[in-house]
Amino acid sequence: MFTIDWSAFTPVPSAVGGVLIGAAAAALALGGGKIAGVSGIVGGALADALAARAQTTWRLQFVLGIVLAAVLWSLWGSIPGTFTHTSWLVWAIGGWLVGAGSRLGSGCASGHGVCGLARLSPRSFAAVATFTATAIATAVAVHRLLH
Amino acid sequence: MDLLALFCGLLFGLGVLLSGMSDPTRVLGFLDLAGPWNPSLLVVLVCAVLTAFIPLQLAQRRRVSLLGEAVAFPQTRPINRRLLLGSALFGVGWGLTGLCPGPALAALPSLHAAVWLFVASLLAGMASVELWQRRVAQTRLADVHTP
Repeated sequence: MFTIDWSAFTPVPSAVGGVLIGAAAAALALGGGKIAGVSGIVGGALADALAARAQTTWRLQFVLGIVLAAVLWSLWGSIPGTFTHTSWLVWAIGGWLVGAGSRLGSGCASGHGVCGLARLSPRSFAAVATFTATAIATAVAVHRLLH
Repeated sequence: MDLLALFCGLLFGLGVLLSGMSDPTRVLGFLDLAGPWNPSLLVVLVCAVLTAFIPLQLAQRRRVSLLGEAVAFPQTRPINRRLLLGSALFGVGWGLTGLCPGPALAALPSLHAAVWLFVASLLAGMASVELWQRRVAQTRLADVHTP
């Protein structure tokens, strides 16, 4: 039976958080002409490092900004998440799939999900439909396996 | 540009943390349709896309950004097998763990070993694609030079 978990639903912080994420993507695109896609940014920096090229510094600054936001956040409260729901092997395999998949597919939830949909890119619509479908199928399969 | 990227990273990280998306159980609450469903992630995505919509539409019609940078958005390419396969793999990793690249970076300062393992595997996955791509490129180059 499909039920909505109203106790875990947090519309206001989610909406404000979403607006901030969208504003970050907007500022980077209008101001800097760049897509705020985390996998593209991290992957691009990694590609530079592997090829022993000079780093494009804005990418590192963006990553630094995310980590710095979390460091500042942790001065006030704890970072949401306990990260204990699954095993080491799953964290390792899942991380590898997320890294390899986002590079092969040229984007993740921020690049395709936020920027790509806002640009009305057909490729991003296809990517979001695909990864949401396989993510839901995987999460449901894991649920059935455990319960 | 560097300062703008740092600012955008801060804003993005704050948005992820405020929306609670660094918490994989909240993401899985959205993906796992077999359990009680948490619609919060949908609110985050919709608000982010709506906020970014007009700025990204304006940005992709410009050749030079407000700060004088070249607008370097991905060119329109067809929807190909690589995009769909990559996105499918990404989705499986996302559905297994409930983490994707942006929230994973924002969760690093929580110092949970699971997050660091996830990010290390994510970088390994990205590096695998990078090295595979380079091998394919070299093989093609070798083919061209073979009489």
